[in-house]
Amino acid sequence: MTKKITTPLDKATIIKLKAGDEVLLSGVIYTSRDAGHKRMIEQMERGEALPFNIRDAIIYYVGPSPKKPGEIIGSAGPTTSYRMDAYTPKLLDSGLSGMIGKGDRNDVVIQSIIKNKAVYFAAVGGAAALIADRIVSSEIIAYDDLGTEALRRLIVKDFPCIVVIDHEGRNLYKSEKEKYRVTNKQ
Amino acid sequence: MRKVNVEIITKTVKELCIEANYYCNDDIIDALKKSKETEESPIGSGILDQIIQNAEIAGRKKMPICQDTGMAIIFLTIGQEIFFEGGLIEEAVQEGVRQGYEEGFLRKSIVGDPFNRINTGDNTPAIIHYDLIKGDRLTIEVAPKGFGSENMSRIHMLKPSDGIEGAKEAIISTVDLAGGNACPPMIVGVGIGGSFEKAALLSKRALLRDVGEYSTIPYVKDLEIELLDKINQLGIGPQGLGGRTTALDVHIEVFPTHIAGLPVAVNIGCHVTRHAKKTI
Repeated sequence: MTKKITTPLDKATIIKLKAGDEVLLSGVIYTSRDAGHKRMIEQMERGEALPFNIRDAIIYYVGPSPKKPGEIIGSAGPTTSYRMDAYTPKLLDSGLSGMIGKGDRNDVVIQSIIKNKAVYFAAVGGAAALIADRIVSSEIIAYDDLGTEALRRLIVKDFPCIVVIDHEGRNLYKSEKEKYRVTNKQ
Repeated sequence: MRKVNVEIITKTVKELCIEANYYCNDDIIDALKKSKETEESPIGSGILDQIIQNAEIAGRKKMPICQDTGMAIIFLTIGQEIFFEGGLIEEAVQEGVRQGYEEGFLRKSIVGDPFNRINTGDNTPAIIHYDLIKGDRLTIEVAPKGFGSENMSRIHMLKPSDGIEGAKEAIISTVDLAGGNACPPMIVGVGIGGSFEKAALLSKRALLRDVGEYSTIPYVKDLEIELLDKINQLGIGPQGLGGRTTALDVHIEVFPTHIAGLPVAVNIGCHVTRHAKKTI
């Protein structure tokens, strides 16, 4: 069953999401990946405010391709999430409620997701042209010098993703792989 | 002796960078559609649908299939009877990449130094591999490589006593470790033999083969078929979210090696493993 949800992503919504739910997400989300995460953490360590309100926000791990004239954004599929694992718990502790990326997370991130009642979504890696079609506005709000890795504020409409790690730590990367894995019967 | 002006290299590299990034090759689309028929996981099946639909949108709208338009890997196969004029081949290739990534609105993903990490702004330098052959033809193949899958590639310096079973284990464990990070269904490129860097290069070249095209060496072909079957039993599935479609194909290249060694390199390609080729 596909669930439609709208940002900001509050706890009441998160606790209803279960690993395996297919979701169509609408509203404001923020983009950040490797260099952007490093920069956000550095700002936090200096005691500075982040360039956006992180409370109940969603970060999408993406570095879009350049937009053509007349377009809103270029291709914009998810990048692999584990590279952000080192930074994620600190952002979750600061109020971030969701991440969109691809691939499994480490145990520290999963424990932080449980502790903070957050959620991790996967979008389809490589479905970058399809996802671009669901982005209705894009604006760089900080770290412009990072180019594709700049911090963007996107408005999305019916962005397709799947709940892969829910607030109780159920992890689709583990459970589904086990279901389809053929083990040697000796 | 045939004279070739390097301007044609720039123009061709530019066009191939754009072509490879906008249009998913038919062999891959066919393999994805075939997998869709046999995929048992409903989530996996839905993902395959999205991937096929995405390729259609990208081609129609002339935009990159994936936002990671890669590091440009260029293979030049040069007939020895060609005399190049008009400048350096190396510079002509880099200029082609520069123009292709700019004019094609492709993402510039290259940093100038592994530690200071400042973007070079034009996706150069490309990685260029040269091969000399007889004749007077020049073949240019452009294979933009995304790093979601590149990061999950591995080289294993096995012992001769590890044998073919050891090689299978190395290949399967690399794919298992890659999981959802490498954007499965993957194309698995394998280089066995040679030296450390030769095995890696063979594995990269293996990714250029069309899906469904086997090795011409009978035992290697059997190995490719066996490994594809075993990989698709891992359960990883499309995007690592479970299913039977973990890889679309396994391509293996072998080469003579040293009495003390058995290098096995595994280069993982994602579901849009891109390559475009032209002969001049």
